[in-house]
Amino acid sequence: MVTRHAEREATDQIFAALSDATRRDIVTRVLRDEASVSTLARHYDMSFAAVQKHVAVLERAHLVTKHRRGREQIVSGEVTTIRTAARLLGEYEEIWRGRIDRIDEILAEPAEGAAP
Amino acid sequence: MTVISTTPDTATLTLTIVADLAAPPDRAWQIWVDPRQLERWWGPPTWPATFVLHDVVVDGRSSYYMTGPDGEKAHGWWRFLSVDEPRSLEFEDGFADDAETPNPDMPTTHARVDLHGTADGTRMTVTSRFTTLEQMEQLLAMGMVEGMTLAMGQIDDILVGV
Repeated sequence: MVTRHAEREATDQIFAALSDATRRDIVTRVLRDEASVSTLARHYDMSFAAVQKHVAVLERAHLVTKHRRGREQIVSGEVTTIRTAARLLGEYEEIWRGRIDRIDEILAEPAEGAAP
Repeated sequence: MTVISTTPDTATLTLTIVADLAAPPDRAWQIWVDPRQLERWWGPPTWPATFVLHDVVVDGRSSYYMTGPDGEKAHGWWRFLSVDEPRSLEFEDGFADDAETPNPDMPTTHARVDLHGTADGTRMTVTSRFTTLEQMEQLLAMGMVEGMTLAMGQIDDILVGV
């Protein structure tokens, strides 16, 4: 069960990392195209250090990876992790499909008070 | 198939599901506000829900539990944020302990239901927004059980038809 626990911890980290609007925006940008931290910093009304901190949170949650290119730090999106979040939402979707099937059955019954 | 679309958004951890129901909004409203109808569909067949309190007014609360295959109980609560009969309903859904006291340390799900009258019935849109995963994992564990039961039921149907 160690793996299971580690998996849950990792997923919690993903969700916590994505709970911030700036971090979600950073992920969206670098999924489209990798970008340096300084390029990213130009998009936000905050210091370079603050943006760097956001990137570090995303990196810990494995949502982005960082590598050096010359004097710049290049940030790119980690597709596999995003897919995990998508898979979990997919499972929740199945629950709702089940609920709607049951709602359909209830609504198909004769109205209350009507002859059976 | 009455599910029109499902839109998961991994960035905001939101799932939007749109379905067409074969009844007018007044009737569709009942499946949400009548606890006896609600408990027939909220929980999967293997984890049926029992609503012991269901006070559908702004700030009103619901208290329910779901009973698992081995008799274990999972308690939950709702708190209504907005109620606009028969158009929309908004509530928080959270976990409670065995004494049905809401657990403030557990994350809640925010749900919004919209019912729009159409020519054939009602278009229902349900938006669920998550904060973290713990609660979701519990729900998912039940969902997987349901999926298996569903599959078993289908196998039974096939066998009867042979």
